[in-house]
Amino acid sequence: MGGLVGMDVEAGRVEEIPRDKLLQLYRSMVLIRRFEDKAYELFSQNLIPGTLHLYAGQEAVAAGVCGALRSDDYVESTHRGHGHCIAKGADVKRMMAELMGKRDGYCKGKGGSMHIADFNVGILGAEGIVGAGLPIAVGAALSCKLRGLDRVVACFFGDGAANNGTFGESLNMAAIWKLPVVFVCENNLYAMSVPYFKAFAVENIADRADGYGLPGVVVDGMDVLKVYQAAEMAVKRARRGEGPTLIECKTYRWRGHSRLKSHESKLYSPEEYDQWRKRDPLEVFKAKGLLSPGDISAIEKEVETLIGEAVEYALNSPYPKPEEAVEEIYV
Amino acid sequence: MREITYVEALREALREEMLRDERVFLLGEDIGPYGGAFTVTKGLIEEFGPERVRDTPISESAIVGAAVGAAITGMRPVAEIMFGDLTALAMDQICNQAAKIHYMFGGQASCPMVLRTPFGGGVNIAEHHSQSLEAWFVHVPGLKVVAPSTPYDAKGLLKSSIRDDNPVIFCEHKQLYRVKGPVPEEEYLVPIGSGEVKRVGEDVTVIATMWMVHKALKAADMLAEEGIKVEVLDPRTLNPLDKKLIVESVMKTNRAVVVSEDVKTCGITAEISAVIVEEAFDYLDAPVVRIANPDAPIPFSPPLENYVIPSEERIVDAVRKIVRGEV
Repeated sequence: MGGLVGMDVEAGRVEEIPRDKLLQLYRSMVLIRRFEDKAYELFSQNLIPGTLHLYAGQEAVAAGVCGALRSDDYVESTHRGHGHCIAKGADVKRMMAELMGKRDGYCKGKGGSMHIADFNVGILGAEGIVGAGLPIAVGAALSCKLRGLDRVVACFFGDGAANNGTFGESLNMAAIWKLPVVFVCENNLYAMSVPYFKAFAVENIADRADGYGLPGVVVDGMDVLKVYQAAEMAVKRARRGEGPTLIECKTYRWRGHSRLKSHESKLYSPEEYDQWRKRDPLEVFKAKGLLSPGDISAIEKEVETLIGEAVEYALNSPYPKPEEAVEEIYV
Repeated sequence: MREITYVEALREALREEMLRDERVFLLGEDIGPYGGAFTVTKGLIEEFGPERVRDTPISESAIVGAAVGAAITGMRPVAEIMFGDLTALAMDQICNQAAKIHYMFGGQASCPMVLRTPFGGGVNIAEHHSQSLEAWFVHVPGLKVVAPSTPYDAKGLLKSSIRDDNPVIFCEHKQLYRVKGPVPEEEYLVPIGSGEVKRVGEDVTVIATMWMVHKALKAADMLAEEGIKVEVLDPRTLNPLDKKLIVESVMKTNRAVVVSEDVKTCGITAEISAVIVEEAFDYLDAPVVRIANPDAPIPFSPPLENYVIPSEERIVDAVRKIVRGEV
């Protein structure tokens, strides 16, 4: 883990990362973790309908990648997308309201957990269909190129999506047209229930990049600084017009596919689960000693307030009127 | 008025809209120097360059997905899928993404893209290149579905489709590409959602789409010699359907024959017949008659293919029977 393929730069050096960035990365991770913990709690109280695909355990990926983006860059997200949206700057109040199916949610209650979008901060939307976001990210990057803008698109997807046809079509199209996309594969080792070793004959998904003519990078997805530095290199490369990069982040989903049901937890060995739980991305970062205890507690306090406000906002928001179900089908 | 072909009319529409709006660009297989499988984009790469007329790999999901991504970020792409049958390879991007983005994200985004693709048979290219799948797209809320039968309508509707802020499935027809018709030199648009009576009559309304409009017009000529006055109505847009025009015509003639080249079950004729029964039942003097393909794939050999695609003779026969009260 942590090796680099096709990129001649060493990841993991921390002395060049400014303090503001360190604060931002940690704050993103804490905000995601607390949001997901709270969402799980509200779901258990039947305050969130449907289902949830929680991002807990993978915070370093969203925080690190979005930390390397500008505010006018784009992200394309997935069914496990809360982390991407929070890290890109979505308002947790409107996210929580959407999870509850409320009218003040980002999608006015029409999308829910799997379809958060905020076009004002470049979140092009979360996709419920595995692999569907990759071609859309390619199109957004093509649009940047055609409009003469130096914006970059970060496209998140899981290991499952890397076995969908859209993966090959999209990496190839982005490579031949040298489009400004950073393909971020969050390899959390399971495609719903099927483990990585059953679905892949290659050691790393990033190894596939070579076949499409773009650099492939493997990073430790539990270390936000390594993710950030790999993303920063890929973003710079994209912004310079040199084309796409595939970054594979090795990570783990703490709550299973959706909310870790009891029959599902039997799929994972306790050793595997414990080993990944020990590498909590928040703890991995804190152990580096780059922020003072004062900085850390200030962030945690601020986040508690934000989550409390988000829950209040969402609970107080009305449900949409039933007849809104047949509105806004067309522009 | 000058006469040009359906292909030339489509090419003029693309060219005029590309000149008018720099956000409009084209992508698809073999649309560059080759000019498109049916020559619709011939010469456009020379005029607009490879950035705006983009030859793509054979990657239908990525072609449509790239159009979606470009559309939601400020461009107005026109994607070409070489044969309508190949839209099956891009159905997720069309039906789950393009169609739903505006709705699913609470109205935050729009997806102003056009997907052009030819449907229809009659050229002996068998199961994978001959189907009429328009109904698939009519079944998905969020898409508009346009299906012109003449050069005039093709040009005016393609220009309207490119200017529309919704995803539009623009259905072309292989049999119609070489058909000539009057098209004015000056600018005009045909609005989406508006049908047209192509021939006025009193005894029966034949509602037909695309190639079938031409067959219905020929059938009407033959029937006129027998004194039967057929009204031929072309909806031109399949979603939104011009229900008002259809209902008004049936209220006048009191008889309806619906003709389409897709399969009968859950097809275009099923929907139009249901509209007539729901909204003009009291005016009907006879049951609505449907003429469509049998529920079969499109076969290769000419006698087999000719058997499944509706003919002028079938239309003539159906009209005679409905007028004589034999149905």
